[in-house]
Amino acid sequence: MAASQDTIEKAEALGESYKHGFVTEIESEFAPKGLNEDIVRYISARKNEPEWMLDWRLRAYRRWCEMEEPQWAKVDFPQIDYQDAYYYAAPKGYDDRPKSLDEVDPELLETYEKLGIPLAEQAMLAGVAVDAVFDSVSVVTTFKDKLEEVGVIFCSISEAVQEHPELVRKYLGSVVPYSDNFHATLNSAVFSDGTFVYVPEGVRCPMELSTYFRINAQHTGQFERTLIIADKGSYVSYLEGCTAPMRDENQLHAAVVELVVLDDAEIKYSTVQNWYPGDKEGRGGIYNFVTKRGACRGRNSKISWTQVETGSAVTWKYPSCILQGDNSVGEFFSIAITNNRQQADTGTKMIHLGRNTKSRIIAKGISAGHSQSTYRGLVSVHPKAEGARNHTQCDSLLIGDECGAHTVPYIEVKNPSAQIEHEATTSKLSEEQLFYCRQRGLDAEAAVALLVNGFCKEVLQKLPMEFAVEAQKLVGVSLEGSVG
Amino acid sequence: MSEVMLKIENLHVTAEGTEILRGINLEVGAGEVHAIMGPNGAGKSTLSNVLSGRPGYEITAGSISYFGEDLAALEPEERAAKGIFLGFQYPVEIPGVAAMSFLKTAINAQRKLRGEEELDARGVMTLVQGEAKKLNIGADMLKRSINVGFSGGEKKRNEILQMAVLQPKLAILDETDSGLDVDALKLVGEGVTALRAPDRAMIVITHYQRLLDYIVPDFVHVLAKGRIVRSGGAELARELDQLGYGDLAKVPAA
Ligand SMILES: Nc1ncnc2c1ncn2[C@@H]1O[C@H](COP(=O)(O)OP(=O)(O)O)[C@@H](O)[C@H]1O
Ligand SMILES: [Mg+2]
Repeated sequence: MAASQDTIEKAEALGESYKHGFVTEIESEFAPKGLNEDIVRYISARKNEPEWMLDWRLRAYRRWCEMEEPQWAKVDFPQIDYQDAYYYAAPKGYDDRPKSLDEVDPELLETYEKLGIPLAEQAMLAGVAVDAVFDSVSVVTTFKDKLEEVGVIFCSISEAVQEHPELVRKYLGSVVPYSDNFHATLNSAVFSDGTFVYVPEGVRCPMELSTYFRINAQHTGQFERTLIIADKGSYVSYLEGCTAPMRDENQLHAAVVELVVLDDAEIKYSTVQNWYPGDKEGRGGIYNFVTKRGACRGRNSKISWTQVETGSAVTWKYPSCILQGDNSVGEFFSIAITNNRQQADTGTKMIHLGRNTKSRIIAKGISAGHSQSTYRGLVSVHPKAEGARNHTQCDSLLIGDECGAHTVPYIEVKNPSAQIEHEATTSKLSEEQLFYCRQRGLDAEAAVALLVNGFCKEVLQKLPMEFAVEAQKLVGVSLEGSVG
Repeated sequence: MSEVMLKIENLHVTAEGTEILRGINLEVGAGEVHAIMGPNGAGKSTLSNVLSGRPGYEITAGSISYFGEDLAALEPEERAAKGIFLGFQYPVEIPGVAAMSFLKTAINAQRKLRGEEELDARGVMTLVQGEAKKLNIGADMLKRSINVGFSGGEKKRNEILQMAVLQPKLAILDETDSGLDVDALKLVGEGVTALRAPDRAMIVITHYQRLLDYIVPDFVHVLAKGRIVRSGGAELARELDQLGYGDLAKVPAA
C-alpha cells in the first residue's frame, strides 16, 4: 500500500529545499512534519515494507491515538507537541547502502570520529562489529562476513523485515506488544530503523556487537527498534552507545528494545547513554522515553542489562526481565547520573513466573546540581514461581544540597517460598573525601570523578572492557562543574 | 639554619567565627624535623589543615610563606604538587578505589600540575611495591579500597606509603602515632625516619613522646591554646612526657 501522492510530493519538496544538514552537511530527506496515517504509510512505503508490517504499524498508530501520555513518573517537563516533529529523516541516497566503508560519505565518518568512534580503526582494533545508525537509516555494517560464517544475523531491522520476515514476524512485538504503553506504541507506528540480531542454536557470538545511535537532524524524533533473539544454548553480548549534538530545543527519543532468550541461552545488553542533557539552566536536551524488555523464555536462560545513563534532559526507562523459563536469571546493573536540571526516573522490573528464577539488581544513582533522580523498581513473584529469589541494592549519592534522590521499590509476592532482599543507602559526597583527594594532588573535578567512579565500581565492572574505559571518563565529564 | 622552607608569621586563624590559632610564629628549614606537641584542642590539626589548604578556615592575620611564595593563595592540589603532604590524623575511606589506583591517580595528577610527564602503570607499580615492602604492606592491601576496613595501623602505614611514593618536600604528619600498637609504631617510626632527607622537612604532630623515640626531632614546640608557648630541642619532649602540659599551657607566649 503506497502513501498518498500528496504526502510523497510534500516530502520531495522538503528534500529539495533542505540544502544543508544542521551539524553534518549531508542532505536529508524528511517526511512532512506531524503525524497521521499517511505519515505511517509514507515511512512504510519508503522502506518497501510488506503489507503485514504496514498493518502492524497502522494498528499501533490507531491504538496510540486513543492513548494518553503517562504521568506517573517523577519527571516534569512541558507538554510535548507530537504534531510538531518530523517522523522520518534519512541521509539522502542511502537507500542503496554502501557495501564497504570506502563507500560511506567521508563527512559522515568524520562526524563519527568527532564522537570518538573512528569506525574503521575502532572496529578493526576492538574487533567490534558496528552497525551505525545515522538518523533513521542504518549506514554501514562491518564485520558482517565473519558473523555470517557462524550464522549470526546482524543487520538493520529494515533489512531484517526484507530478508528474514519469518523471524521478524515471529518475534517482533512478542515481548513489547504494540499496545504496550504510550511511547512504545508510538514507536511501533513510526519506528524508522534499528538493529536486528539473531544468534542461532549453540552459537557463541564471536564478537561484541555494537550499535551507535545518533540523532543528527533537527526536529527529528528518533524511534529505533531493536530485536535480539538468542536461540537455544547461544550467547551474545550487545553494546549500545548513544550521543547527540547540542541543541536548544528538546528532542524526543522513544526507542523499543526486545530481547528473546531461549533454553540455556544468554544475552548481555550494555548501554552507555550520553544524549545531550541540556544546558545548565535546563534548556534543550533529549527526552529519553525508552521501553526495554527481555523475555527469558527458555529454561536456564539469562538476561543481563547493564546501563550507564549520563545524558538526556529527561529519562524514563525501565529495562525489565520476564523470567518465564525455570531457573532463568535476570540481572540489572545501573548507573544513573544527573547533573544541573536533568531528571531521571529509571529502574527495572523483574517478573518471576518460572520456578527457581533469580534476579539481581544493583542500582547506583548520582545526583548533582539541581537534578532529580528516582529509582523505580518492581519485583514481582507470581504464584507458580516456586523458589524465586531477588536481591536488590540501591545506593544514592548526592553531590551538593539542591539535588534529590528517591527510591520507589514495589514488591509483589504471591508465592510464600520467595526470598526477597532489598537494601538501600543514601549518602553525600563528603568534604572529607574531597579534601583527602585534593591534598594528594587531584583537582576538584578529578576528585569527584574518582570518588564517583569508586561509588559505581560494582556496576562499571560489569561492562565489557571497550565500554568500561569510556564509561569511566563519561562519569567524570558529566559531573563537571558539580563542585567548587 | 639551613634554607628556610616554611615561614609562618603571626598567624591568626578562625573557624566558624572562633579564633583557634592566635599568633603562630614558626620557621622550618630544609632537612629539619620539627615536632609539635600539645594538649587536645590546642590547634595542632588546625595548623596542619591551614598549611595544606583545607576549606573552612579563615586567616585573619599573619602570613605563611613557602619557598618565598604566599601559601594561602594556592589551591590544596597546587600545594600538594609543590611538595606539601599531610598525613591525616583520621584518613578517610574511599569505597571502590584501590590504594594502588589512588596512588597512580595522585602521582600523575601532581606530575601534570608540575608539567612533568606522566608515569605509566608499570612505573607506578614498581615504585609503589618497592615502598610498600619496606612498610610491610602486602599486595592484597594495595588492591583493597583505600582505608575501607583497614585497621588503625594499616591506615597509618598507608599514609606513610603515600608519603614515601609522593616524595614531598614538606611532610606534615598529624598524630600518625595515635591508635598504633607497639609494633605498628616501630614500623611507622622507622618508615618516617628512612624518609628524612637534606631537602625534605617534616612537621611531626604528636601527643606523646613515644613516636619521637624513633623520629628524633631537631626542634620541639609546644602548642597550647593556639600559640607556641615553648620551643626547644629533643630533650623538651622528654621533659613534657614527665611533667605533662599542665603548667606549660599557663606560660604566656614569649
Ligand atoms: N572547623 C572548625 N569549626 C569550629 N571549631 C573548630 C573547627 N576545627 C577545630 N575547631 C576547634 O578548634 C580547637 C582546636 O582543634 P584542633 O586543631 O583539632 O586541636 P588539636 O588537633 O590540637 O587537638 C578545638 O577547640 C576545636 O573544637
Ligand atoms: Mg588533632
